[in-house]
Amino acid sequence: MIPRIYIPGDSGALALGAEKVAKAIEKELADRGIEAKIVRNGSRGAYFLEPMVEVATANGRVAYGPVKSSDVKSLFDCGFLTGGYHKRWLGAPDKIPFLAKQTRLTFARCGVTDPLSLDHYKAHGGLKGLQNAVAMAPADVVSQVTESGLRGRGGAGFPTGIKWKTVLDTTADRKYIVCNADEGDSGTFADRMIMEGDPFVLIEGMAIAGIATGATKGFIYIRSEYPHAVAMMQKAVEIARKAGVLGVNVLGSPNAFDMEVRVGAGAYVCGEETSLLDSLEGKRGQVRAKPPLPAHKGLFGKPTVINNVISLASVPVIMDKGAAFYKDFGMGRSRGTIPIQIAGNVKYPGLYEAAFGMTLGEIVDDIGGGTATGRPVKAVQVGGPLGAYFPRALFDTPFDYEAFAAKDGLIGHAGIVVFDDTADMLKQARFAMEFCSIESCGKCTPCRIGSTRGVEVLDRLARNIEPEKQIALVTDLCNTMKFGSLCALGGFTPYPVMSALNHFPDDFRPTPVAEAAE
Amino acid sequence: MSMQPASTEIASRTAAIIQELEGLEGPLLPILHGIQEEFGHVPQEALPVIAEALNISRAEVHGVVTFYHDYRSHPAGRHVLKLCQAEACQSMGSDAIAAKLKQLLGIGFHETARDGSVTLEPVYCLGLCACAPSAMLDGEVIGRLNDEKLDEIVTEVRS
Repeated sequence: MIPRIYIPGDSGALALGAEKVAKAIEKELADRGIEAKIVRNGSRGAYFLEPMVEVATANGRVAYGPVKSSDVKSLFDCGFLTGGYHKRWLGAPDKIPFLAKQTRLTFARCGVTDPLSLDHYKAHGGLKGLQNAVAMAPADVVSQVTESGLRGRGGAGFPTGIKWKTVLDTTADRKYIVCNADEGDSGTFADRMIMEGDPFVLIEGMAIAGIATGATKGFIYIRSEYPHAVAMMQKAVEIARKAGVLGVNVLGSPNAFDMEVRVGAGAYVCGEETSLLDSLEGKRGQVRAKPPLPAHKGLFGKPTVINNVISLASVPVIMDKGAAFYKDFGMGRSRGTIPIQIAGNVKYPGLYEAAFGMTLGEIVDDIGGGTATGRPVKAVQVGGPLGAYFPRALFDTPFDYEAFAAKDGLIGHAGIVVFDDTADMLKQARFAMEFCSIESCGKCTPCRIGSTRGVEVLDRLARNIEPEKQIALVTDLCNTMKFGSLCALGGFTPYPVMSALNHFPDDFRPTPVAEAAE
Repeated sequence: MSMQPASTEIASRTAAIIQELEGLEGPLLPILHGIQEEFGHVPQEALPVIAEALNISRAEVHGVVTFYHDYRSHPAGRHVLKLCQAEACQSMGSDAIAAKLKQLLGIGFHETARDGSVTLEPVYCLGLCACAPSAMLDGEVIGRLNDEKLDEIVTEVRS
């Protein structure tokens, strides 16, 4: 048997030197005259172990990490092709505690399979959901998704099945499935990982959505900051088309569905669904007023399902194993699993897929292991640049849409950014306003002007000019933005600002500069 | 020094890109990406050609080009370095990294070095939040930036 070596081609692994490791392994194989197959898999998401190299042995896969190119020679000397011991030896990858404790439904194959091998995909349970869907009536597919309890993983948490039903029930000569892969929130990388590590699951999810709603055309709108994901999705769509997964007869059925990959152009606001649609149409990415809902009048005025990558990528497992299986995970009205992305100043950063309901403290302290710097955790921002900053006092909050809303926060796309005690929360609040002013589409006044005024007010506060007045002003401004903005950019920017102000008031009352009196 | 192509040449190369892509649904962004790839920026001379072909006004094309951060009005340096300035990278000291890099390169954000070697830009998230602070040099990703890696970057862009 030719040895098989897995070296991640995931951007995160590449950023940590996976390409150099791959080159070194290729060279070592050539020098030693060993024949082996190198698979560029996705990442399993334990980024503190990347680049994590795996070899397939008679006793299963054995992982090594984090591997440096300088380790390669000694890895061969230690017999790593047969799982031999080396200081980077980690054992069976699925026994690594960070990975072993997860519930991997959406990310079941990510990091395990060859992302561009459809055979590998099928061997690991792929296409079963789509096979079931083509044999069912569209309304039954929709009701499966509704019953599963799946809610939009992009952040809004709207029930996916309800959205699909609206599109199914709207008659039109043409309908669209649009995948929102404009993952712009800092602290999130789940969409990127799935597109780079298991692109067929997204294609399968979109095809199921098409069959369920009567849409024949799909678009994946990927942000330009993700060149590797773009390249991977383009290759995967081509392969899927050749294999008849996409095309006029999806898996040999009478259903037609095809898709195109489109690339964004660096506008954060295009992650908002209606501005994404305008961008796809070739316009400025400005937010549309709702109604009409995209489900009624979406892309080019046609009924459109617009879902986040993870929402769509979670559909195949639901259609394979059934709504009840998926619904069984989770708590309250948050059903199934959520890929939590633990990032920033944290000891064990990575992607952790688990059922809803873990507490924030468990995620940050137990799984994340506290800060990378070893200093105390001061705050965590949950849900990207529009998410609230949570202090340690709120670490008992369970990871659940409603529980976070009750604490004036949001889980958003489930990214968590950890900050240590050196963080200045006034500075973070100012950044939230600044980011909003940079990225505002300019359509509505509270967002366009409010964010700029917000920066000015917080700058005055930082200089200790009439602090009480500035705090009253920024509170009032946040209120206007929250209730007066057209979309979540202006409407949610108050979350990071007000949470920073409410939970860390000391940072907003800078002590007067006394040392000047020297 | 790079030679600026004549406006007639820009028009004809633009027309070729348009011809290839105009059959797409919503072709404007793909066309603009194609033009930027061809010229390294979106030249003013290309705008009327696009407007004519897509039957929209020049103002509309201008509005779209200027809305998106990616489209450049002028060519960038030989290398483009994007440094992440979003929250996850902030939590790992991206402010200090940015200050150091600006000093090493002698330029600020949105500026190109005088010798045309490099353009420095802020970017708000590269999806490398689990290996912060991060950057992208000519499309290649770099994580866990530190002084040593900054020196390597500076050496590379200057070589």
